[in-house]
Amino acid sequence: MASAVIPANQAPKLNYLNNGHSLRSWLLTTDHKRIAVLYLISVTTFFFLGGFFAMLIRLELLTPQGDLMQADTYNKVFTMHGMIMVFFFLIPVVPAVLGNFLIPIMIGAKDLAFPRINLLSWYLYIIGGILITHVMLTGGVDTGWTFYAPFSTEYTNTKIVEAGLAVFIAGFSSIFTGLNFIVTIHRMRAPGLTWDRLPLFIWSNYATSLVMVLGTPVVAITIVLVAVERLFHLGIFDPRLGGDPVLFQHLFWFYSHPAVYIMILPSMGVVSELIACFARKRIFGYKFVALSSVAIAVFGFLVWAHHMFVAGISLYAAMIFSFLSFSVGVPSAVKVFNWTATLYKGSITYATPMLYAFGFIGLFTMGGLTGLMLATIGIDVHVTDTYFVVAHFHYVMVGGVLMGYLGGMHFWWPKISGRMYPEGWAKLSALFVFVGFNLTFFPQFILGYVGMPRRYWQYPPEFQVLNVLSTAGASILAVGYLLPMIYFLWSLRYGPIASDNPWHAAGLEWKTTSPPPTFNFEETPVVTWEAYNYDEIPDKELEAPVAR
Amino acid sequence: MSEHEEHTTHSQGFYIAIGVGLLIGTATTVGAAFVNLGPFNPVVALLIATIKAIVVVLFFMHVKDASEKLAGAVVLSGFFFLAILISLSLADYLTRSWR
Repeated sequence: MASAVIPANQAPKLNYLNNGHSLRSWLLTTDHKRIAVLYLISVTTFFFLGGFFAMLIRLELLTPQGDLMQADTYNKVFTMHGMIMVFFFLIPVVPAVLGNFLIPIMIGAKDLAFPRINLLSWYLYIIGGILITHVMLTGGVDTGWTFYAPFSTEYTNTKIVEAGLAVFIAGFSSIFTGLNFIVTIHRMRAPGLTWDRLPLFIWSNYATSLVMVLGTPVVAITIVLVAVERLFHLGIFDPRLGGDPVLFQHLFWFYSHPAVYIMILPSMGVVSELIACFARKRIFGYKFVALSSVAIAVFGFLVWAHHMFVAGISLYAAMIFSFLSFSVGVPSAVKVFNWTATLYKGSITYATPMLYAFGFIGLFTMGGLTGLMLATIGIDVHVTDTYFVVAHFHYVMVGGVLMGYLGGMHFWWPKISGRMYPEGWAKLSALFVFVGFNLTFFPQFILGYVGMPRRYWQYPPEFQVLNVLSTAGASILAVGYLLPMIYFLWSLRYGPIASDNPWHAAGLEWKTTSPPPTFNFEETPVVTWEAYNYDEIPDKELEAPVAR
Repeated sequence: MSEHEEHTTHSQGFYIAIGVGLLIGTATTVGAAFVNLGPFNPVVALLIATIKAIVVVLFFMHVKDASEKLAGAVVLSGFFFLAILISLSLADYLTRSWR
């Protein structure tokens, strides 16, 4: 490619990618950027594995009859889809890939505070991943990703303990990542990089890390309790032994609702970076957006029992949790309104990352607003365990988290790989993802509202049209997800070589080379400017990213 | 990391003594379970467990000797979120009309 000629004074320097090519140099690395790449490969693998199970679900639901698989197999398929996507993709994806790669660079540090613990966290993730794969290959689990007792502790004969162990181990990977981020952000910021100058991606990952460290141990202990009751018949959740099955749900959702914020907060941070860059403006209400991340993390711990309105909790508790669930909408709305206010009179460029940011705002807003509907006890009782709930959380987790992740991957791909991706193909795939996503999940709102329950492999014939639409959307969505993987891989060899700052973006990560050297900067940067100082950065040539 | 190493102030014997103390606490818990104290059985068990947890946090986790305020903040936030878990769960358990 002619544009890929490197000028003599820009000869390839030693960077984190070419600093050692052996397998050992990757598997024993303590470089946060290489660990991020290891995570990228691993979570992508699990994403396509989870996606494979999603396609099986959609194929089964193409027809009203249970004709593709047995009912028990279907139970295992949606369980493996949920477990893999939640614990092995959505929770680690943005912090462990983009966070790992970017946090030290964005704060002007050489690495994370505990590089070896960072590598350990990847190995724990892999051990958990191998275990869950083993479970998958040797019979699977059929409880749903939620392990509800007493079905999980008493009745099912599938591989609960092994799957629980996989989640337990992956949970420690998450705790270590969160701990590393907290210490790094507190102790290793470059001179001059005060808290009110931090990029919002850092703020959101900081808030995420708090949830990881404070919440994950609770689900780990809960899973141990399930194993203890299952193996030793100690009465914890089984009423016949003096336990309480609702206690399981309290403990499980105390982590697993905040886990949604582990997933979404880092993507919100990504979106803040994208909006600021492609609107060429400082984020409107920077401090409110920063603190809203912490507020979401804290309020997120106060709302868990809205998953349990029909599980037998008291009406008094239901009212409290309903009210508290509404409160978490406030900081979320602060973000959405401030992003849109940032766009006002901005100099907007419709590059691929920005398309994903727009997609995020729209889809997350729909996911969030339907969340408020579900926080309303009367509506929730009507639609509990229906496809309305499935559509709601997919709008948040897929429409939100994945949009943010893909936007971030496109935005920072030049920094990660040193190459530009093909913009035309990228815009096409963004379109596929947006259209495919809505076609897949919007019909599910209607299906749920008119009464189609989740987790059944058969349904009445009158639901078929909407299910066919949903399955058709899923196939478009699958193409939308496959395309980036293909052109990212293609760009590693054939993509135009990226400049250090192809988007003319603010932020320390754009002040080092693409790809960055092993220790990120030749000299420790000194920060004398506010975050998102786009009024001081020329945006010439932004329409066509610089290739050299 | 070139952080200050606060935990060098205690000898190995000190930690072994703490560990033995914790094992005695465990034995006491098991022993107390065999004595019928009526409603006070869980109270005693939780009291012993709380004392053991405090000892672990203060000595094994070096919180007692930590000079940084941040360490205190981290510990307090852990207890704060535990308090949220317990109190909001009790908002359910204590108000069930069918108990």
